[in-house]
Amino acid sequence: MLGFLARRLLYLVPVLIAVSLLTFLIAALLPGDLAYTILGDQATPEKVAALRHDMGLDQPIWWRYLSWLGQVLQGDLGRSFRTGQTVLQAVTERLPVSLELMVMAELIGLVIGVPIAIACAVRSGGAFDRFMTGSAFGMLSVPTFLSAILLIYLFAVELRWLPATGYVPFGEDPAANLRFLVLPALTLALAEWPGIMRVLRSDMIATLQEDYIALAKAKGLKASRILFVHALKPSSLTLVTITGINIGRLIGGALIVETIFALPGIGRLLISAIFTRDLIILQGVVLLVAAGFVIMNFVVDLLYAVLDPRIRHGHA
Amino acid sequence: MATLELGIEGDVVGSPVRRTRRLGPLFWAAIVWMVAVVAAAAFADLLPLPSPTDMDMLERRAPASALHWLGTDGLGRDELARLIHGARVSLIVGVCAPVIGITIGGALGILAGYFRGRFETLVVGSMDVLLAFPPLVFALAVTAYLGQSILNLTCVLGVLGIPAFMRVARAATLSLARREFVIAAQALGATHARILLRELLPNVILPLFAFFLLGVAVTIVVEGALSFLGLGVPPPTASWGGMIGEGRESLEIAPRLAFLPAFAMFLTVLSFNLVGDTLRALTDPRQGAL
Repeated sequence: MLGFLARRLLYLVPVLIAVSLLTFLIAALLPGDLAYTILGDQATPEKVAALRHDMGLDQPIWWRYLSWLGQVLQGDLGRSFRTGQTVLQAVTERLPVSLELMVMAELIGLVIGVPIAIACAVRSGGAFDRFMTGSAFGMLSVPTFLSAILLIYLFAVELRWLPATGYVPFGEDPAANLRFLVLPALTLALAEWPGIMRVLRSDMIATLQEDYIALAKAKGLKASRILFVHALKPSSLTLVTITGINIGRLIGGALIVETIFALPGIGRLLISAIFTRDLIILQGVVLLVAAGFVIMNFVVDLLYAVLDPRIRHGHA
Repeated sequence: MATLELGIEGDVVGSPVRRTRRLGPLFWAAIVWMVAVVAAAAFADLLPLPSPTDMDMLERRAPASALHWLGTDGLGRDELARLIHGARVSLIVGVCAPVIGITIGGALGILAGYFRGRFETLVVGSMDVLLAFPPLVFALAVTAYLGQSILNLTCVLGVLGIPAFMRVARAATLSLARREFVIAAQALGATHARILLRELLPNVILPLFAFFLLGVAVTIVVEGALSFLGLGVPPPTASWGGMIGEGRESLEIAPRLAFLPAFAMFLTVLSFNLVGDTLRALTDPRQGAL
């Protein structure tokens, strides 16, 4: 296990370095001069040159990367030249919103997906199975922003049960906080459950054909005990594997959902940074999101190795 | 990360025994819809349609009429014309971007799967870096710097597709490279180029093409999301995502302005998914075991 951990860690470092390099290069090489963006188009060349010198933009590119990386490693990702807020402040302020949204979405997705998957696997090939498999396939073709609009139309415009936009922190008013988060989380969950259901269903069908399940049946155990105790755990391995891919989709989905429902999360921060051309915030947020994503994938890999001994001994 | 691989590693390539399987009416319905959308988009300029960008402030959000078959939008532009011209943007980006992905990713994957060694490590490693960015975040960041245009959008989404195509091609090549006909070709003294082009490529192209159709569906969705956020194709060019975004503003007065393009996009994405998935199942022997 330790050897496996060391191998994965050793792999993590170059990937993180490459991610930082790519983030830096996107910002540094693509057209659009930061100094002009800050000062506006009417700035005199002297002023621009002075600012470029202050910001180190006239240095060679490898030097700029190294000094930027050095600052990042010391926890200094720069500050917005529009609001004066540091990147870290802005991100830590908004991170709880995004995390709450994503966790709620994943939970709702599991609550919808797991029971359906089990019910389908028990009678695979039956009418319910075929109907749900078809629905899941159809749902995979519904983009997040599309289900968001449908849900807003249904629950906020027609029925007027839930608010379409707005946010209250959980600490201030937990009930209102949840009311505001229901629709956004449900929107994301609608994109999550088909994947969960499809993967769990096919693994469950395979597990239910194992000998030990037949033995459990022969012993006269209750069907619910066989399903939830004997079959569910070994069937959920692939589900853990695809979590890494799910997180990537969740982050993208959260970006859209936060914009539509006006939630003050990381996604909104990123989008508004793009619209106001707040390049320092943009660069910092992209770097943090990508690094977080890489580390989460790393954790998922480890979790998988803990669950399945074959991975840490063989070559994955 | 290594996780994705577990799903597609192994025999991705079809077994030589061809099963005859009925494709079903849904498959053909999807084909018909795809052909209809492609034809409408291709011949949009020849169709007797009003201009998709001409505004008529007196006819804002007008209901369907003889002149405007599906009514007009918030600026009095013909909805049907915008739908059809919007299909153009979705299809151009949706097809061209995966072409970039399948060309570069496919080539890298076949080379990596055949030559192995350091080259493979390098390719897989650099793809892992690209995969380290959540796709939508990467697309947003790059279009923010590059500027919004159909060409930039296509290039960014194309680059984003490379890792997935590389994985499919590499997995297929890995299982093929050990097969008898490749070993026989090597024993006969065939050059690397000949083995790659004549033996491996024809066998890898089929699973790649099935994956290509799924790539089209994904790209249409991502392009739609970007345009919806106002960061895709710049107005006044009609695009489905942009139309849904505009329609969202008038959801209470005229919900059809959001729902018509939404429905068109859903049907198109569903069709590509359906056809792609059916072809993938046909080229995937594991499906038969289930």
